[in-house]
Amino acid sequence: MAHVDLSKKSASELRRAIQARELRAVEVAEAALQCIAERNGQLNAFISVCRQPALEAAAAVDAKVARGEELGILEGVPVAVKDNICTAGHPTTCASRILANFVPPYDSTVVRRLRQAGMVIVGKTNMDEFAMGSSSETSYFGAVHNPWALERITGGSSGGSAAAVAAGCVPLALGSDTGGSIRQPAGMCGVVGLKPTYGRVSRFGLVAFASSLDQIGPLGHHVEDVAALLQIISGHDPHDSTAADLPVEDYTRNLGRGVERLRLGVPKEYFIEGMDADIRAATEAVIQFYVEQGCRRVELSLPHTDYAIAAYYIVASSEASSNLARYDGVRYGYRTQGAGDLYSLYARTRAEGFGSEVKRRIMLGTFALSSGYYDAYYRKAQKVRTLIRQDFERAFAQVDAIICPVSPIPAFPIGEKFDDPLQMYLCDVFTLPASMGGVPGMSIPVGRTRHGLPIGVQLLAPHFKERTLLDLAAFYQRHFPEAFDLVK
Amino acid sequence: MKITDAQVEYVAQLARLELSPEEKARLRDQLNSILEYMEKLNELNTDEVEPTSHVLPITNVMKEDRVEPSLSREASLANAPNHEDGHIRVPKIIE
Repeated sequence: MAHVDLSKKSASELRRAIQARELRAVEVAEAALQCIAERNGQLNAFISVCRQPALEAAAAVDAKVARGEELGILEGVPVAVKDNICTAGHPTTCASRILANFVPPYDSTVVRRLRQAGMVIVGKTNMDEFAMGSSSETSYFGAVHNPWALERITGGSSGGSAAAVAAGCVPLALGSDTGGSIRQPAGMCGVVGLKPTYGRVSRFGLVAFASSLDQIGPLGHHVEDVAALLQIISGHDPHDSTAADLPVEDYTRNLGRGVERLRLGVPKEYFIEGMDADIRAATEAVIQFYVEQGCRRVELSLPHTDYAIAAYYIVASSEASSNLARYDGVRYGYRTQGAGDLYSLYARTRAEGFGSEVKRRIMLGTFALSSGYYDAYYRKAQKVRTLIRQDFERAFAQVDAIICPVSPIPAFPIGEKFDDPLQMYLCDVFTLPASMGGVPGMSIPVGRTRHGLPIGVQLLAPHFKERTLLDLAAFYQRHFPEAFDLVK
Repeated sequence: MKITDAQVEYVAQLARLELSPEEKARLRDQLNSILEYMEKLNELNTDEVEPTSHVLPITNVMKEDRVEPSLSREASLANAPNHEDGHIRVPKIIE
């Protein structure tokens, strides 16, 4: 069997080669499974592998080619799925002990759409427990390791998806982003990641963390592939009333055109003291590039940026404390042994089933929603959320997109911030505002620090203008393909 | 404000979390440092600001009221830690 190096081919090239019978979809799936088998011991990027279903799905694609049928845009392409997205008949653990044995009886809408599109799901990726974290260290199954520097974090919470792409095991993966969980690990692992507008992609079958913020999105090696995957997963869904009933734009045709006339906002609050000097310089260089190509640079202020961390951690933890109330050891998931009454059954199941970060957020959220504190914390945070949203509304009246860093620091050593939750939360300073405003955001790799760690730049656009982000990103990748090279 | 041991106890009970004494002490300190940071929000006057619970202007999404296929009892119970005769078993509730 021909050896297929997945790190060398884009998803669209794979699809073309399968269609042209130069490669069989089964060979491509085998190559992905082989890469996972070889690399996962080091990376811990996958919690489980879907070997048999993957080979069956791939064989179905080969049969379609043999019948002379035309393949869809990503048909036969291997994809990894974050383990908080339900896959019927295959464990979906949320990287938590409490769901370690949970086998969903149904597919999430996005997974159903991947299957309908003929994509080959090869495995479920590791993450922070319940997607609560910025480092992919809080997983019940252990930390994910960054392919660029194994002793360092991948970022989080979609660290497994980012690492799987960065290691060249899959050209595409799905992640979820509540406060930066796609963009930040994409940045720290040197891959492309896109958080769509809140409401662009159905959340049905995504295990709920903070329902007013959660959004599923694609990560990948190539911008055009990320665009194609977004095309597949976007759109209205009767099973999720927050999935907007708006037409889905064509994300793939003529990608990267018309960028030269765009107005790019540069918010001063995103260039702060204490941020990594290489990240600042790289971001400035990217802005300079776009300006040289004809874009107009507009200096901006998003004055409430600095309040986003406090407001976010109140809102998200409050919603989480409510959403996670369902894990009680009764209907599914882990149950403690030997509890004599119902209260102890609940309290012990949850004590044994949840890790420390999840407990901390449940406590914070329960406190913020409790009688006497609701107005001071939860309602206050929701009002500040309005101010943050209005910052973006005012900015996007002047500019077509905003450009800024993804993260103030590159990937840090595993364990460094693990015992200091506040320091960990502060790393999310540049991704949280867009989450609070519900605007789409994208991370693209633009270079490496002097220590060889990936640097990501973040692009933000108005609601439902994912196409603007993809055009800017594709244009950049066309000019700087080497910035997207995977780890050797 | 400072969270006391009694408040940690009370919130843990609301959240149905059994915590060890060490966990309670650690959470008290961590929550206090996090809440101290949250005080920052009080720098902003929000008296005239409406809260945002949701960013999209969506209200009352309706769909046709029609019966659709649903999960079988077997599939629904497949993940239950303890079940018998089509029912989920829990410790005795009524004395």
